[in-house]
This record gives sequence, structure tokens and C-alpha cells, in this order.
Amino acid sequence: MSGGRPNGEGPLRIAVPRGALLGETLDALDAAGVDTTAVRGESRALIFPGEEITLVTMRPSDVPTYVEAGAADVGITGKDVILEQADRVVYELLDLGYGRCRMVLAGRKGDAKLGESQRRLGMMRIATKYPRIAERHFEATGRQVEVIEVKGSIELAPLIGLADGIVDLVATGRTLEENDLEVREEIVECTARFVANRVAHKLRAAEVDALMERLREATAK
Amino acid sequence: MIHPIPPGTRDILPDEMRELRRLERALLDVFEERGYGQVATPAIEYDEVLSRGDRRAAATAYRFFDERGELLSLRTDMTVPIARLVASRFASVEPPLRLSYLANAYRAVRPQRGQMREFTQAGIELIGASAPEGTAEVVEVLAAALDAAGLDRAVIGLGDADLYRQLLAELGVEDEQTGESVLQRLAAHDLVGLEAALEEVDGIGAEQAATCLALSQLRGGREVLERARGLGGDAVERATARLGETYEALEARGVADRVRIDLGLLRDLGYYSGAILEVYDPALGHVLGGGGRYDGLLKRFGVDLPAAGFALYVERVHLAQLEEESRRGER
Repeated sequence: MSGGRPNGEGPLRIAVPRGALLGETLDALDAAGVDTTAVRGESRALIFPGEEITLVTMRPSDVPTYVEAGAADVGITGKDVILEQADRVVYELLDLGYGRCRMVLAGRKGDAKLGESQRRLGMMRIATKYPRIAERHFEATGRQVEVIEVKGSIELAPLIGLADGIVDLVATGRTLEENDLEVREEIVECTARFVANRVAHKLRAAEVDALMERLREATAK
Repeated sequence: MIHPIPPGTRDILPDEMRELRRLERALLDVFEERGYGQVATPAIEYDEVLSRGDRRAAATAYRFFDERGELLSLRTDMTVPIARLVASRFASVEPPLRLSYLANAYRAVRPQRGQMREFTQAGIELIGASAPEGTAEVVEVLAAALDAAGLDRAVIGLGDADLYRQLLAELGVEDEQTGESVLQRLAAHDLVGLEAALEEVDGIGAEQAATCLALSQLRGGREVLERARGLGGDAVERATARLGETYEALEARGVADRVRIDLGLLRDLGYYSGAILEVYDPALGHVLGGGGRYDGLLKRFGVDLPAAGFALYVERVHLAQLEEESRRGER
């Protein structure tokens, strides 16, 4: 059994993703009237208490974990993370629109390996950091694949023969370009999302709704 | 030597057991005082019987064959076994029937995230009493059980299982698959996905989609019903009327202040109809239990009686108790 929180009172806790989404997330929170000065400073703290809202910074892929357990009431993370952890119960309340990137299937430029493997071996070998998204995509499109989970630079896998292709998140496409890879299929487009714990969404409804509305206005184009 | 046990199961040692027993006794006393006699049923049942009750829960059931080649299942809750029991043992008894239980149930879920594969449920079934009085009685017993467990901050969410099915019918969504994909997103409360799914449905305009989204966000006290009515439509009118009657019956019993009306509530168990319940405590990020009406369930077993009930997850209630105790500084 995973635990809860000490009391369920006090400021609303929001899980803020460090990394690529951090800058725009802080901008969005600022525009929504949440003070983010402390996070922007030099401090290496992880928790930034406030009057009404406490910011907790973490890896984007940990956000659903903390929010599902109620350790954070609400959070912001990428749709890629939510899709990869689809079995976590968090309420996805709002598309924040920023952090836009694409989940794609990519292969070496001019290389027929993906098709060749499919035709002659009946299956492709796909390296990815997103095994569940990859499995679901190929299952849904009726192809059999061997999904190889890797942690580091995925681009390496097809270059030295670990895999025929990769499933990865692409923002500008520069990394693919530099490694002589090209997009073969687009799987899904991902943006930052505002999520909430199921119990917090019920018991702190007014605060969650107010923050959601402010974020909606702040990120509307 | 260390001998492993299967994932999602656990041993309970005396210190915890003492506390669990105290909690379980408190809950059972509440049920007994209110005339709910305790029953037990086998943990294993014929698979055919359990999936007759709930096809969806069947997805997470543990199944195996006995020595005659019969397909058996471990029960995934107590509601379906009790429906089976009532149909075979109490078919000719004058309703209403009041039954309670304290039992383990089993689901082949991914463990280690607030959900074990073997877990204990304590609950009641009120059979043969229809809405709104039957529902109100169940909520009253639930509120008393929460008090007995010392969870005085716990809140009971009250929703309506038929609202969206009827709303989709009203909007002319006839394709079952489309309807199902909308309902699934509502149940998961995936608002972004819901908006996208509604956009794809023929015949649903932007205004109707916005109504549907706004409805799923409505939760709070009695005033929620007024706001829902303001969104219009026949299905909404009927659901708010049902909820309004139930709420009045709850006020008459003095338990309405425990209840929060929630039009976004949708439980994923297949047999619910009308009122649905969920239990929350501010100290815990997980739902403590749930229930509602399942007026069509008994009919699947050949006895046409309305029914309602609830189940509390005993281990989670215990966890919430610990949190509440430390908050009150009792330790």
C-alpha cells in the first residue's frame, strides 16, 4: 500500500517537471498568478513552499507517480509520460499546449531495413525509451515487433545494428538529422498536460478548478 | 531462509492484525446494529457465475480448472457472489434483505500502487429496496461505518451512473463503440481525450460537447443540481431529479452533510445503474471504497429486485485511520 500525505491540508501541492518542460511550465504558472521566483533562483531545493501553492520539482516521468499516490495534489507533465504510464490513475484535466513534440518511428536514411525485416523475418526490432507506447502502436497497426528498451541515446541503436528502427520523441528533428535518421511514421503528438490526483480533484475541488481555469487562460493562444 | 510469496499478496503480523481486527469489529458492529446479517461465500466460484454478474471485472479475475475440468474464478468482489446467493437461497423471502460481509477478494491488477491483488472488503447489500429510500439507507450505514472507523473528515461522493448513457442517447450517439469510447474517457476523467472524442462524434456540436465537459466538472453541495439543470437537456433533468430525491432522503436522515454531489463520477464496474458512491478521506490519495445501485444485477440471476450497497477497502481505511490519528496527535 502506498501511503498518503500527512494531513491533506495546507497549500495545494503541485508537481513541477524539471528538464525541457521547466521553463515554459514556470512561465505558465507565473501567468496564472503562481509565484515561481524561488524555483528560478540558484537554490537546489526540491520543495518550494508558498502560501496557497507549494511547488515540488521532480523528473517529468515521476509526476504521475506522485500525483497518483496523492503526495502531490496536481502536476504538470508531458503527454508522452502519461501515455507510457497509462495504468496510473491520474485525471488529465487540461492540454497546456506547450512542449509540443512528436512520438515517431524513425529509421536510417535510405535504409530499407524496417521493411526488409518485416517482410523476411515477420517482425521488426525497435529500440525505444517508450516500450508501452511502441507496443501499443504496432499492435494497433497489426505488426509484430521486438521492442528493445534502452535508457540512453536511442539514435545509437539502428546505427550499430541493435535495432532496425527507433520509436522516440522528436522536437526539432535535429538529433535525427545529425545521426542520419529520418521519420518514417508519426505515432502521436505530445504536449504538456495538467493532471490531478483523483481524491484531491474531489476534496479540493475549488482550488483545483481555480488553478485549472487560470492555467487555461494563461496558455490559451 | 527466505521463501517468497506472490506479488500483490502479504503476510499480516500480530501488531497490525490487532488493529485490523479492532477496525473490522467496529465496522461489523455498525452493520449488525442496523440489521445487516453477516454472510460468507466461497472465495472460488464457477467462472460462468461471476462473469454473468460483471463481464468487465472478469478481465482481472484469477481463473483455473478444477479436477473435473470446470473453469473456476476467484471472486473479484462480494456483490456478485451475494447476488448469486440471494437468487439461490432467498428467492422466496419477503424483501427487503439486509446482508453484510467481511471478505477477501482478488484481482489480477498491477500491485504496489495502493492496490494489492488480495485485499479485504467490508460492506453491505440492501436488496429489494429501491431509490431513493434504499440508496439513502445505504449512505446512512456508510456514514455510520466511517464514523465508527474514526474517519470524521471522510466524504461520500454521490453521482449517477445513467446520466451519460442517457445523455449520449439524447444526443443521438447510437454507435456503441463511439459511446463506449466517450464513457471510458469520462470514467478515467481524461478531459483532454474526452474533448477530442466528442469532436469526432457526428451530430455533437461544439455547444453540446462543452455541456458534456462542463457537466463532468460539476461537484459540490446541493447547488450543483441547479447549475446542472442550467446546462439543460432531458437526460440532465432526469438525473438531477433522481439525485435531488436521493439528496432529500439523505437530508431527512441527517447525513446529507457527509455527501458531495459529483456529476463527473462514473465507476468502471459494469453493473451499476442510478446512484453511485465513492468514499474519500483527505489524508489518503486513494479511494477508500465505493458502491451504489445495481437494480439490474439480480435480474441476471433470475430474481428481479432492486439493490444497492457499498464496500470499503479495509486496508486503506486502516491506512487513513493511521494518518488521521497522527494528525490529531493521538500518538
